[in-house]
Amino acid sequence: MKNATPLLARGAALAALLAASASVAHAQTELSLWYHGAGSANAEEALVNQLVEEFNASQSDWTVVIETFPQLAYNDAVGAAALAGELPDILDVDGPVMPNWAWAGYMQPLGIDEALLADYLPGTIGRWGGEIYSVGLWDAAVAMTTRRSTLEAYGIRIPTLDEPWTGQEFTSALMTIRDSGDFEFPLDLGMAWRGEWYPYAFSPLLQSFGGDIIDRSTYQTADGVLNGDAAIAFGEWWQMLFEENLAPGTSQDAADRDVGLLNGTYAISWNGNWAALPVVEAFGDDALFLPAPDFGNGPTIGGASWQFGVSATSEHPEGARAFIEFALQDRWFAAFSDGTGLIPPTSSAAADTANYAPGGPLEVFYGLSEAQALVRPVTPGYIVQARIFEGALADIANGADVIDALDAAVDDIEDDIQANNGYGH
Amino acid sequence: MASRLTQSNRTGWLMALPGVALIATFIILPFFLAFAFSLTNQRLASPNPTEYVGFANYSDLLGLAIFTLEPERDDAGQVLRDEDGAIEYPRLRNFTRNNPDFPHLQGKREWFGWQSGEDRVVVLASDVVFMKALVNTFFFVAVVAPVQAGLALVLALLINQRLRAINVFRAIYFMPVVVSIVVVSLLWQFIYSPGNGLLNNILDWFSFGLIAPRDWLGDTGTALPSIMAMSIWQGVGFHMVIWLSGLQTISPTLYEAAHIEGASKWQTFRFITWPGLRNTAVLIIIVITMQAFALFAQIDVMTGGGPLDSTQVLVFQAVERGYQRQDISGGSTISVLLFLIVLTISLIQRYLTREKH
Repeated sequence: MKNATPLLARGAALAALLAASASVAHAQTELSLWYHGAGSANAEEALVNQLVEEFNASQSDWTVVIETFPQLAYNDAVGAAALAGELPDILDVDGPVMPNWAWAGYMQPLGIDEALLADYLPGTIGRWGGEIYSVGLWDAAVAMTTRRSTLEAYGIRIPTLDEPWTGQEFTSALMTIRDSGDFEFPLDLGMAWRGEWYPYAFSPLLQSFGGDIIDRSTYQTADGVLNGDAAIAFGEWWQMLFEENLAPGTSQDAADRDVGLLNGTYAISWNGNWAALPVVEAFGDDALFLPAPDFGNGPTIGGASWQFGVSATSEHPEGARAFIEFALQDRWFAAFSDGTGLIPPTSSAAADTANYAPGGPLEVFYGLSEAQALVRPVTPGYIVQARIFEGALADIANGADVIDALDAAVDDIEDDIQANNGYGH
Repeated sequence: MASRLTQSNRTGWLMALPGVALIATFIILPFFLAFAFSLTNQRLASPNPTEYVGFANYSDLLGLAIFTLEPERDDAGQVLRDEDGAIEYPRLRNFTRNNPDFPHLQGKREWFGWQSGEDRVVVLASDVVFMKALVNTFFFVAVVAPVQAGLALVLALLINQRLRAINVFRAIYFMPVVVSIVVVSLLWQFIYSPGNGLLNNILDWFSFGLIAPRDWLGDTGTALPSIMAMSIWQGVGFHMVIWLSGLQTISPTLYEAAHIEGASKWQTFRFITWPGLRNTAVLIIIVITMQAFALFAQIDVMTGGGPLDSTQVLVFQAVERGYQRQDISGGSTISVLLFLIVLTISLIQRYLTREKH
């Protein structure tokens, strides 16, 4: 105990000294920024740091201080910070989660000139209650990933954006590949990726049948939408995929999901553009990224990825806005796209990228995003509805009665909407 | 007693203070908060004000009803059958959803049912998933507690010998306890992997291809037993060590005396070892029961409660509701119910294993 007191005193003195020097060094106003990409596998984290540095150097009013979190812990950290009143000035938010945060009072409208965002991909702009709350530096897209040689070997037509596979054409193509016995499964849906992947990747298929997770005209009911005739047709088709051994089910190994297409376990993989570069490296010109099939109501894929917004408690929204406007430049879009493989939000930025420029290996994804992307239901209840939808799809894949599973999901969703007084719509 | 605890023991209290403060902040206070939240409609994040709702959360979880479905009949009163000859019934949802004639069925769903003549009797639950989780949890505890305790005792007896390198065996049996349960769960997921998993390969090799590969975690029949087997393997080393400490408190002179009297191995175990382990046994049974009720990580990593809710358990549901569905009041209610269940069972166990004089 004797030694503790001087040590403590010295520590306190040191802290005071540091605090004093910090306040001298930063005459500018500090803005805090939270980011979800700590420990990301690609260049994303380094690029965000570079973005912050260049912004700090480009003007003298603001200093952005970045703090990064692992993605899995990020949303919980924001929730806890909001309860404690410790939100940062600038928030990084996943597109479909944004309405929840705006409704819960974590965020304020961006207040950015809408003309600035005129030619952006639709999935990169986050709107809630008629206002723009968030904007993304990239979007993501999903495609039927396969090889030209595979399709040609079985005489399957190669679909285009203008003429995608019909539902029937797609199913019979899968049957043909299965009957050849050359693959363990013809189709890999990514059932190993539980969580947001299910609503992100599979609700567009439901929408193509003519159903949806929720009635988007009111956002108050899912009855007749998630359990209507179109949804039941989707559910029966979905269950058939697993009953007929066209796709591996919920117990799929995550490792198989990652390499199954590359090592020939699966013929076609329903996968995102972030997984596209290894496919191009492995198959070269043979790699194909095909649009979603059209089950009658047009082909659809999910839109929206991570975006920037301003927290509700920020004392300097104009500074936060200045930072976000600084980030919205084609050169940043191109840098992030080249570093991470994600889709740049504007066609002019796409032209500057290695992968999305005309003739680039992933160019097709830009077209997919532009033509097929539909954002997930824009409602604060989405985060709950996504979990309920995920549960229903897993149950149906595992053999549950389709109508009962969809009815139960509808009841759960409506109970939740009621418990939240309609989620402010 | 009171005076000695409070007065002449100031240093003791001082040293206990950090621990007591932490337990009070992170265990006792949250417990009371959970009880309070379970009587409200508290959300994780919401601009809506929190309201007192009484015991509505409890009735939403525990509500049950029995309902008899009568078959559909044609105008002549004949029972309608589909092309397979099965009796056709009206859809249950017609009665449970906004039907003013059956207010007590509102929002309930079929849990299970059986045939009774031409009628079909169904048991409806307000929260079928919770009911399944409750049953699964009890099943898990009923299997894991005795098997794990028994296996741990066998292991403890085996390693309680003076053999060369016995410490190596002790370390090997104890190793799974030290490894993070999440890592163990991931590894076992590979072992149970359908098709080419390790378990399927081993069974195939030993049975010369007679045992077909199974989807261990993807089959409603094998998913929970698979998780039980893995949980027992993971936890058995810990309880082995407790048994071992119990074994080593038994005086060697008793064994010598038994040896001189000519007692058999079984008699020695039955009349010396087992009575000597009495207090250890009480401790182990209570600890395993509590740990088994707290089953969570394995479910979260390996199955997520699936397939078809066959591995839903109470703690997983509490977390799923509280955080994923942002329904803190619902999660709290499950926690409170779990507490009451574990408390009741512990009290019963204490009563059954009390010292009888």
